[in-house]
Amino acid sequence: MAFYVVQFLTGLASAASLFLVASGLSIIFGVTRIVNFAHGAFYMIGAYIAFTLTERLSGTFGFWGGIVMAALAVAVIGVIVEMVLLRRIYHAPELFQLLATFGLTLMVEDLVVLIWGPDDLVGRRAPGFRGAIDFFGQHIPSYDLFLIALSPVVLGVLWLLFQRTRWGVLVRAATQDRDMVAALGVNQKWLFTSVFAVGVFLAAVGGALQIPRDAVHHAMDLRIIVEVFVVVVIGGLGSIIGAFVAAVLVSELNAFGILIFPKISIILVFLVMAAVLIVRPWGLFGKPEAPARKTPGLTVNPWRPLTSNERLAALAALIVAATLPLFAGNYALTVGSEIAIFVIFAVSLHFLMSVGGLASFGHAAYFGLGAYGVAFLAKMAGLPMIVCLLLGPLLGCMGAAVFGFFAVQLSGVYFAMLTLAFAQIVWSIAFQWVSVTGGDNGILGVWPEKWAASPSNFYWLSLGVAALVTIALRAMVFSPFGYALRGTRDSALRSEAVGINVKRMQWTAFVIAGTTAGIGGALFAYLKGSVFPDNLGISLSVDALVMVLLGGVETVSGGVIGAIVYKALNIWLISQTDLSKLVLGGFIVLIVVVFPKGIVGMLEMLAQRRGKASPPGSPLLAKPIESAE
Amino acid sequence: MRAGNTFVGAAFALLAGGMAHSALAQDIKIGEINSYSLLPAFTEPYRKGWQLAVEEINAAGGINGKKLVVISKDDGGKPADAQTAANELVSSEGVAMLTGTFLSNIGLAVSDFANQKKVFFLAAEPLTDAVTWSKGNKYTFRLRPSNYMQAAMLVEAASKLPAKRWATIAPNYEYGQSAVAVFKKLMSEKRPDIQWVDEQWPPQGKIDAGPVVQAVAAANPEAILNVTFGADLVKLVREGNTRGLFKGREVVSFLTGEPEYLDPLKEETPEGWIVTGYPWYSIKTPEHDAFLKAYQAKYNDYPRLGSIVGYQTIKSAAAILAKAGSTDPEKLIAAAEGLSMPSPFGEITFRKIDHQSTLGAYLGKTALKDGKGVMVDSVYKKGGDYLPSDAEVAKLRPKD
Repeated sequence: MAFYVVQFLTGLASAASLFLVASGLSIIFGVTRIVNFAHGAFYMIGAYIAFTLTERLSGTFGFWGGIVMAALAVAVIGVIVEMVLLRRIYHAPELFQLLATFGLTLMVEDLVVLIWGPDDLVGRRAPGFRGAIDFFGQHIPSYDLFLIALSPVVLGVLWLLFQRTRWGVLVRAATQDRDMVAALGVNQKWLFTSVFAVGVFLAAVGGALQIPRDAVHHAMDLRIIVEVFVVVVIGGLGSIIGAFVAAVLVSELNAFGILIFPKISIILVFLVMAAVLIVRPWGLFGKPEAPARKTPGLTVNPWRPLTSNERLAALAALIVAATLPLFAGNYALTVGSEIAIFVIFAVSLHFLMSVGGLASFGHAAYFGLGAYGVAFLAKMAGLPMIVCLLLGPLLGCMGAAVFGFFAVQLSGVYFAMLTLAFAQIVWSIAFQWVSVTGGDNGILGVWPEKWAASPSNFYWLSLGVAALVTIALRAMVFSPFGYALRGTRDSALRSEAVGINVKRMQWTAFVIAGTTAGIGGALFAYLKGSVFPDNLGISLSVDALVMVLLGGVETVSGGVIGAIVYKALNIWLISQTDLSKLVLGGFIVLIVVVFPKGIVGMLEMLAQRRGKASPPGSPLLAKPIESAE
Repeated sequence: MRAGNTFVGAAFALLAGGMAHSALAQDIKIGEINSYSLLPAFTEPYRKGWQLAVEEINAAGGINGKKLVVISKDDGGKPADAQTAANELVSSEGVAMLTGTFLSNIGLAVSDFANQKKVFFLAAEPLTDAVTWSKGNKYTFRLRPSNYMQAAMLVEAASKLPAKRWATIAPNYEYGQSAVAVFKKLMSEKRPDIQWVDEQWPPQGKIDAGPVVQAVAAANPEAILNVTFGADLVKLVREGNTRGLFKGREVVSFLTGEPEYLDPLKEETPEGWIVTGYPWYSIKTPEHDAFLKAYQAKYNDYPRLGSIVGYQTIKSAAAILAKAGSTDPEKLIAAAEGLSMPSPFGEITFRKIDHQSTLGAYLGKTALKDGKGVMVDSVYKKGGDYLPSDAEVAKLRPKD
């Protein structure tokens, strides 16, 4: 019995560190609607700075003072980031801020190694909390008890802050309806900055408090960020109590789960999240979001099919790309194939995001399923390559059909997180089912047949498929289905009112996007000759998001450019420097500031401005286009 | 789409630029790939090791009079990126062979690439047995003692312990799984009387150490096998120390004696664990002295195990290239099979039968000295003594 009590307390201690970080994220998201990917980075910087300070300052005061000072220092960094970077892009399309915080995270991962060195750092134990307390023969670390006591205190302070201060009232109001708060004359700028500072402070405290029990190292951020997101979503966005309950729920399920299934930790949080979201689409304590009142920026710059000149230009670009094998070597061709494959992957997500208005955080699942589909067919059934390429993506299609059905019942970030949960479930199956998938050692020897083996032939194959896929998806945008889908994106209520079955439209779009991603994955399997769980992983899903956002969400084919720029840059940087993350992150941050609508979005806007500035007649020219729309 | 044109052009111009800096034609080039950005704690000393080897080789006249150049690429910890790097090294840099890699799945990805493109590959670090056995191929050789060999060394010591109730803690991925599987198999063969009372599989890099330690303690084992390393090991040790998990229990642990993993533990280092590792401070052989002196003179730092691996990888590559007198992969394979050479750990041989080198490891016990973790009573275990019989190996390896 004593064992179960101690195990319960141990779970509570794990929950405490999770809750501190999650509460910060929840507050930031609730008010600013920023998906703060850099939250883990702030957590990590908190730990690093606290390590340095607690090593320098001696004594009890030095330790606790060091932790508080570290958290304050990180909060200041957070304020600077918010004022210099994020303020510029609050009006960018939804999720665009994710790109900025992603860039920051990449930079921080390299910076901490540059500053603190590559070795794992082990800080000192907390003065007064070194040992353990004996509980019927079981040991409970006193530091765990400290953490267990701390989290309700933090919860209480936050509660007072939100319920009893004017600032808290404003924060709650902004969480519920920030447009209304702005309309009532509240200075949003400072509200956002202060909220961001508080959130970052909590993350840094969470990180700093890890020093006595963890090692400080440069991958701490990734270890926590996804889990924290999951906790926030299970609890319900913007709900501090929800974050607390979710942190306890997840930690306790893990603490007791490993007694029965020792391998459960790898997937537990995602299983819990999927289950909670299917039953309660807004998390445990979240409230349904009011239907969006957004007037999409799209109305300013309506989409239209390419003019015949533009079509010729696109064709010319394709022809130029097709002549690459005449002058480029094998390596450039293989890179070209990889870029073409990522164009397929990016346009598939772009279709879902920009046309369907559904941002998936787990799109790699369908890419990877396509790749595994090919690997199974080729290695186990021994089918010829053409057949594999045609049938392999069906696995992606089936996965998208099943998961999409559940996912489209949700919207916004909940939708995104449910897709992430499904992707992680698929990933863990690929990772754990060693006898079928080979586990993390993957499936090897999936090489193309002779006709496609030469780099130039494979390049032409990938380029051809990429061009076909892009054209097909564009055609779909301007088909009746595409119009209906855009209707559901811009106003779900009105679409339903005119008789469009919103969920079925979205589900169809999800399956189309998943199948297309599967096509990319199928080619990728042959390009690399092997398939690994990586192909389904979070980092690949994030890559796809970054490509789409980089190209521009509010465009018809921004994904193409986003994929080319990001992938080419990534491959080139990783080959040139070990600090590729720093440079790539810096580049992304720069792009975010210079092109707040994405590369293509910005170019289109410039082109349009130039059009407006030109002599009369242009409004007349513009008119038929709009009516075509 | 007009913009697309420019971007495609720019992208490929960037890529083409990467090819410009190739070395002179008469140089011999080796392509080296490792997870520099993902695992700097291991790969930094590793890089220092191979850079020292390159310097020594060229100072001694190069390879048959030709200068040795190593072109190094980062794989970011992803198999797909490692293949892109391998492709760049082979197709546009024209390297004579590939070396390196740390993670097992990356080692396998590059080895499969080498097999497909018929390129010689000397795997430095990946430990999985699959590299030389179940997924072995004729183009791939491996330097470090494999999972099996390290398990066999530990079992030799562990089987002498009186403990009968054993629990295991290992990271939940291929390395941890196969380390536990081999250890259990060899151990149960030698000691049919032991029981396996609990196993814990925390996710790699994400151990929730408190519950894991509690769960193991609840099973009340007499001895524990640990396979976690890096930050996970730190958390496990700290929780285990506070909760008294290791008190009165024997612990056998993979790799924990390597300075990369032992040094961060500082005063928390648990005493008396049976570990494999690299006690650079207590090795007194002329080969190692020479290496240690050269390393400390060049870097003003002490070597980690990664330094040895990096150093010996390039030394081995150079020895193979020198003997082959050619960069033809078939001739390199012929030269490498059965080739013996000196190393800081004594003479090693690349076995003909499975392309595994006989580099060994030090087996010893952990101890605390002046607030730092050290290995004591260490003995060098020759790799060749801890491999299964040739008949068994032949069964494990697919026919070429």
